[in-house]
Amino acid sequence: MKVSLKVNGADYERDVEPRVLLAYFLREDLGLTGTHVGCDTSSCGCCVVLMDGEKAVKSCTMFAVMADGHEITTIEGMKKDGKLHPMQQAFSDQHGLQCGYCTPGMMATAIAFLKHNPDPSEAEIRDALSGNMCRCTGYNNIVKAVQQAAAELSAPAAEPVAAS
Amino acid sequence: MSTTEAPPANGRHSMGQPMKRKEDARFIAGKGRYIDDIVLPNMLYLAIVHSDYPHAKITKIDKDAALKIPGVLAVITADDLAGVGLAWIPTFHGYDKQMVLAVGKVLYQYQEVAAVVATSRAAAADGVEAVVVEYEQLTPVVDPFTAKTDKTLVREDRENKTNHIYHWEVGKRAETDAAIAASDVKINERVYFQRCHPAPLEPCGCVADMNPATGTLTLYMTSQAPHAHRTVVSLVTGIPEDKIHVISPDIGGGFGNKVPVYAGYVCSAVASIVTGHPIKWIETRTENLTTTGFARDYTMDVEIGATKDGKVTALKVTTHADHGAFDAAADPTKYPAGMFGICTGSYDFPVAFTELDAYFTNKAPGGVAYRCSFRVTEASYAIERGMDLLANALGMDPADVRMKNFVRKDQFPYPSPLGFVYDSGDYHTTLQKALDKVGYKELRKEQAEKRARGELMGIGISTFTEVVGAGPSKHFDIMGIKMFDSAEIRIHPTGSGIVRAGTKSQGQGHETTWAQIVAEELGLDPQNLLVEEGDTDTAPYGLGTYASRSTPVAGAALAMAARRVREKARNIAAHVMEAPLDDVEWVDYKFQVKGVPSKTVTMKEIAFAAYTNPGPNEPGLEATYYYDPPNLTFPYGAYIAVVDVDKDTGETKVRRFLAIDDCGTVINPMIVEGQIHGGLTEGFAIAFMQEIAYDAEGNNLQPNFTEYLIPTSLESPHWETDSTCNPSPHHPIGAKGVGESPNVGSPAAFVNAVMDALSPLGIKNIDMPLTRSKVWSAIQEATKA
Amino acid sequence: MFPAAFDYIPARSTDEALSVLAQYGGDARVLAGGQSLIPAMRFRLAKPAVLVDINRIAELATIGEHNGELRLGAGARDQGLELSGQILSGRYPLLADVCAVVADPVVRQMGTVVGSLCHNDPAGDWPVAALAGNASIVVRGKGGERVVPIDEFIVDSYTTAVGDGEMAIEVRFPTPDARTAGAYFKIERKVGDFATAAAAARVTLAQDGTVAKAAIALGAAGPCGFRVAEAERALVGAKPSAAAIAAAADAARKAADPVSDTRGTVAYKKEMAGVLVERALRKAFARLGVEDIR
Repeated sequence: MKVSLKVNGADYERDVEPRVLLAYFLREDLGLTGTHVGCDTSSCGCCVVLMDGEKAVKSCTMFAVMADGHEITTIEGMKKDGKLHPMQQAFSDQHGLQCGYCTPGMMATAIAFLKHNPDPSEAEIRDALSGNMCRCTGYNNIVKAVQQAAAELSAPAAEPVAAS
Repeated sequence: MSTTEAPPANGRHSMGQPMKRKEDARFIAGKGRYIDDIVLPNMLYLAIVHSDYPHAKITKIDKDAALKIPGVLAVITADDLAGVGLAWIPTFHGYDKQMVLAVGKVLYQYQEVAAVVATSRAAAADGVEAVVVEYEQLTPVVDPFTAKTDKTLVREDRENKTNHIYHWEVGKRAETDAAIAASDVKINERVYFQRCHPAPLEPCGCVADMNPATGTLTLYMTSQAPHAHRTVVSLVTGIPEDKIHVISPDIGGGFGNKVPVYAGYVCSAVASIVTGHPIKWIETRTENLTTTGFARDYTMDVEIGATKDGKVTALKVTTHADHGAFDAAADPTKYPAGMFGICTGSYDFPVAFTELDAYFTNKAPGGVAYRCSFRVTEASYAIERGMDLLANALGMDPADVRMKNFVRKDQFPYPSPLGFVYDSGDYHTTLQKALDKVGYKELRKEQAEKRARGELMGIGISTFTEVVGAGPSKHFDIMGIKMFDSAEIRIHPTGSGIVRAGTKSQGQGHETTWAQIVAEELGLDPQNLLVEEGDTDTAPYGLGTYASRSTPVAGAALAMAARRVREKARNIAAHVMEAPLDDVEWVDYKFQVKGVPSKTVTMKEIAFAAYTNPGPNEPGLEATYYYDPPNLTFPYGAYIAVVDVDKDTGETKVRRFLAIDDCGTVINPMIVEGQIHGGLTEGFAIAFMQEIAYDAEGNNLQPNFTEYLIPTSLESPHWETDSTCNPSPHHPIGAKGVGESPNVGSPAAFVNAVMDALSPLGIKNIDMPLTRSKVWSAIQEATKA
Repeated sequence: MFPAAFDYIPARSTDEALSVLAQYGGDARVLAGGQSLIPAMRFRLAKPAVLVDINRIAELATIGEHNGELRLGAGARDQGLELSGQILSGRYPLLADVCAVVADPVVRQMGTVVGSLCHNDPAGDWPVAALAGNASIVVRGKGGERVVPIDEFIVDSYTTAVGDGEMAIEVRFPTPDARTAGAYFKIERKVGDFATAAAAARVTLAQDGTVAKAAIALGAAGPCGFRVAEAERALVGAKPSAAAIAAAADAARKAADPVSDTRGTVAYKKEMAGVLVERALRKAFARLGVEDIR
């Protein structure tokens, strides 16, 4: 079955079996292996990607054919203009990752969350990330990373000042 | 810290700096390379058929329907493996053997029965569904106490017709029994450390690639111990070791789960040898939780004697160990119960004795060191629960009982009654720091007020001592291979270099900390020291990363290899500075001519000279070191948990948790803190929600993440941490290892806190996990009585 | 884990979806958020021959108020509801409680309210809320459309009044008036777990401050969610009092008929049914300004 979608800004058209999960389509058909699979029950969140820029979805609980016509952003597409997304920078700055396996999904969830709650409390962050598991960090530093990214993203963008 | 120019705050070059991690660059960009990211041309997929039953004869395996499915190429059974001599493989320490695929009967639910090879994952899954296995059910044995009766034999294949695997003991039985009998106060409580599972988020997997032209078998696998696995594969298959190439790529968490050899690896290797195609096998979460190395499952009877005023007189721990269907516990060969002898903990027991009997049951095999040195978590849990039960029996504060019985600072090196020599520590200071920092007195006051109102608040302490860093070659080996570790350093002409070790990071941050160790010794920029692990063709031989052994063993090897490099460099420095060798000193991360502070040369300059102007010295600048530790290391800590228990629902809220750790010299405080946060969260999970339980019929009740519960950010407490520092006197840089301390020390702190909360009701013990239902039921029973 | 093969039909309209369902009957399943169906398919516990994807049907993705009802189309997602003006307005506190605790926050971004009702898991949140919220479901088939009250919609575990060839296209919750409020509580072992126990309450106060109407529903306490008439009777006509609440909670304890499992014993779950009913009632009354009930 034909599926056309935009992934990380590029258009793709592929023929897939309907039973292929989006996670495997991204990983194996498009070679975007930054999206991981950690369970079979929609529990762990390692596979979370952004759909249409604002929705975090578990790509192993979605068929690739369901993404037809949609825009998907994976970890590989978060960098903009050669610069890390503030969330990526924050995870590194705050030591919000160890083995790295949950990290792409965790960041996708956090990015989607900040779109509708740009200035969250710690409790709200902890709630928002509760569909993603991490076995390494104990979450303290992930929370800090999301706080750093939230501050960065809500800071007024520095506009280039024209010389008078 | 990114360059060597700005002097770091602690006056040291790179040791002790919270340097950001070098490995992060690829992980935050989605450019890590985990096992399932490896794709080879003409690769086939392998999937496994599992048993529905815990104990059953296999009467028939019908492959026909599966073989008719498009894309299915083969169905492998034990008979096929027998043809290549691989129906059975030796277990970890070689005392038992284990089936790769079920031979004649299945011994636990979900056991591997057949493997399907297909052209795609989906076809492999279709094939698995179509394999028909017929069984004749047998009575399952699901606990060691039933196993003990030998009414039903789990392992008819063994010569000894018994479920009893072995007896192990250490210490003085008669003196201990006598001392306990003569004590004013004694406690005797059975505590159970439940079966749990490391459950790294990345399941296990491999790509086996036999190259028929060269006869080389390349095994990409989720391995915490690539060299050990290479040797095992060679010994088991007869393939020369030089023709086996194990590559352990990025690992998405291990925690001990990725130490053993699993059926999927063996079947994939065989399938690749037979077909000449690369074979990929990636575990499902269910396979991970139901068939791969579990941890714990120790039932421990803890007896402590003490004087009226609270001085301990003797300790005895008697354990029934459930090993499952094979004796596949991951322990050093001479230590069938690992380092369980650490059960005297941080306390100065005049005499002690511990014994253990292990049994086969119809449960999955394992007994891995899940985020702990071999069986240390079990031992710590026994003693730390025991000390609280003792405090309760004495009517003393649990902090006071601990203070009264700690090994004193001046007793180190301290020979324990069960045979260890503790390297260093200052337990009193560390606990006092924890008490002060948490506000212990105020908390006790608040608790008294709450109790008066009928509210349940608890404070739990755990002051554990770990034993890690296996280990000294005179005692420690796995199948005869001594448990040393190694490092190799090559410095390039321009002053950067490559560092290789026999360890394998699974998130611990070796690429950063190993570079920091070497940079500290050589005064080079850690950013330009590439760390490489996990490739058996390039890394020097080592036994891998588990049991907190990387820093104690390989960390020492790195420092020693760096010192070898430095000594070579000193010779070249003498030539370059035209000074006698004896006059060349290493001062402030540079070579200097004795008494002439202006005459210096940097390591970077020497690196260039090593390739351009070595003089009479051997050109180049590299060294290898194999480190055989003189002793183990003994990290310790003082943890305090504060909880509130909701009487109505049995829910426990962990209000605060403070961990003071002493792991000796800290290489990177940011990474150490992160490790502690993670370990505490795993301890929290074990204390409150995790268990691999089997029902009376032998069914595994937690076969996926909807039942085997991983706490999220919402359930996990906010962690408070701090440290004290008593370096290991025998380790080249004084480091002891830390990744596992929080998982070892925290379960008892949580349980002690909940039991403290429930103590007004007379409740002494509830076994983990302390679920709401269990806590509520205990409260009900206590209030009824 | 990989699902068995199936045919996939992305419906562009409700009519198209219905005609596909009519054609395939019981072999076809509706695919909305897929958050329960897809994991079941991965384990091959569900092996539908045909999936009719309704995610592209714009007319089903609506959330809006009409005729004193909040109407959610079959494509409306938990998070869409959570962030909707209607929920943010505070006028639907019972639903607000529920849409913040269904499954986990990522699952809620795909999962649908109607899908959850149709799945009708005995421990599901939405059936309980719909029972207490007096919801009705619009079921459409070839033969036309019917509006099914929730207590008729729920038939048995994982079974609803939706027949072969039919589909649920909308759920309708009556808009509470100013004297009506509800609340929802559940006990779960961790986020994303199925409820150990769950209770929803909705109360309406008369002018004199007595309870004019009450709806109490339990989840994870039987083969499917159900209302506890005895508990409701204990409240109606009474002033909000500790005694009335306790009587309602006791009725819930008695009515609960859970099974013992890894989440808890029967005794525990029965007790929690009572505890949660009490908590839900106190919260619902507090939302109507009646606090510190003694």
